[in-house]
Amino acid sequence: MMANKNQKTNNDVFIIGVGMTPVGEHWDRSLRALALEAMTAAREETGAMRPEAIYVANMLAPALSRQSHLGALLADFSGMRGIEAVAIEAAGASGGMALRQAYLALASGMVNTALVVGVEKITERVTAEVEAALITSSDADYESIHGLTQTALAAMLMRRYEFEFNIPEYAFAGFSITAHANGAKNPNAMFRRPIKVETYQRAAILSDPINMFDAAPVADGAAAIFLARGDILPSNLPFPPVRIDASAAAVSTVAVHDRPNPLSFAAAEKAVKVVLDRAKINLDQIDFFEVHDRYSIFAALSLEAAGFAALGEGWKLAESGAIALNGQIPICTFGGSKARGDTGGATGVYQAAEAALQLQGRAGEIQVADARIGLIQSLGGIGSTAATHVLSAVETL
Amino acid sequence: MEITSHWRIKKQRYALVGEVCPHCSAKIFPPRDICPECGDEAKDHYQFSGRGEVYSYTTLYNAPAGYEEQAPYTVAMVQLEEGPLVTAQLTDIDVKEPEVGMPVEMVTRKLGSEGDRGILIYGYKFRPVLETA
Ligand SMILES: [Zn+2]
Repeated sequence: MMANKNQKTNNDVFIIGVGMTPVGEHWDRSLRALALEAMTAAREETGAMRPEAIYVANMLAPALSRQSHLGALLADFSGMRGIEAVAIEAAGASGGMALRQAYLALASGMVNTALVVGVEKITERVTAEVEAALITSSDADYESIHGLTQTALAAMLMRRYEFEFNIPEYAFAGFSITAHANGAKNPNAMFRRPIKVETYQRAAILSDPINMFDAAPVADGAAAIFLARGDILPSNLPFPPVRIDASAAAVSTVAVHDRPNPLSFAAAEKAVKVVLDRAKINLDQIDFFEVHDRYSIFAALSLEAAGFAALGEGWKLAESGAIALNGQIPICTFGGSKARGDTGGATGVYQAAEAALQLQGRAGEIQVADARIGLIQSLGGIGSTAATHVLSAVETL
Repeated sequence: MEITSHWRIKKQRYALVGEVCPHCSAKIFPPRDICPECGDEAKDHYQFSGRGEVYSYTTLYNAPAGYEEQAPYTVAMVQLEEGPLVTAQLTDIDVKEPEVGMPVEMVTRKLGSEGDRGILIYGYKFRPVLETA
């Protein structure tokens, strides 16, 4: 345990403001308008502080909106010309990696305050174009050229998992049911209705064995968090700061076929192990885990990679209710990608914002009781990049 | 993707030419010049047999742009008999339903077309090995 567990130090990095737009099909809103809404909401919680730097998380704007250079674009559009701003791209892990870059800048002492904003505008294009854009995060020469989609790659993992571990039919249903139960109570979620096991069982197949409820919808949205160093924390904040206890990232291979064991999310395993070491905590101390559940098989593999379940047994945590809000290890407490909606590169920032609300006791009906320590993990591609953070509630300042 | 990028990897695409590591004998596909097993340089060409078995597979209905007219189609990860996994489409499966572990062999087929002039891209697919009893 850290000696200063519940006290701040000057070098600590804190989340002091969060903002999120609802996730959905925002036909009437532009990329920059969505980002501005989240950025403004996060800054308002700090008394409208002006950050020294902006880190933008995005993966698809160059492909779908013909817009790159989001750092300068969003700094200008939000009235902050002159500051430092950059966009970070690591496919679906862009959000977690942007948070990590901001964390490193603040922890080093070179930057005092930063705004991390994740934004994605996906629904401007038809499905085939979105699929083509999403698959650019896989191996162009050896995967995408064969007409693969991300869903097809995930489906092959799920089929192999079912083959190797001989699991019962509908073993993954619990992931979707839990996510929708939580999402129903998240005002920003794309899907606000719980589902029954029969609904899951009757769902249309997207890419066998993945059905509609195994796959997260990709949609528009923006989330922002405002970070500040311990030595410049304002004294009159409306909500308690949330400390970033540790940050870690790792990569494995882009192509799934290049992995010694495709059913092992090696990057996720490494990033969790390192982040727990850095935070000087063990798994038992984690009160909730924001998993990047783009597919239900990802949730199972992420729980196994983190060490919450043995290989081939992650689905049991869904079946037993261990992942529910009142379970042993709640996941996707705001609905996860499945019910909140997956906002591509912005997802990791949503996870951080949602975890902050849990640790501040602001999660309303989806509050995890006595949440002190949260683990969040942002995945890019088919688990190729993993960015992982430990966040904690601060008791005394 | 530009035409030159397809030309550059035509040996791999047409004939499953990979590499063998001169240090640890690992067979490598796709070629990557640095051996993933031992980390040393590995640039010796190696001709894979094209035989293997299905590691996993799925059928796509929502194809990405450029592949819509082929949908639905079935893709697989194939474990080559020399070891590596390779991703490709399955073909000729109207005669035999795919399953995990099914023996397959490489064939060269049209993968798709590209650009305004519709340049055809050829490469490997895999088909079931039919028992010749
Ligand atoms: Zn070697």
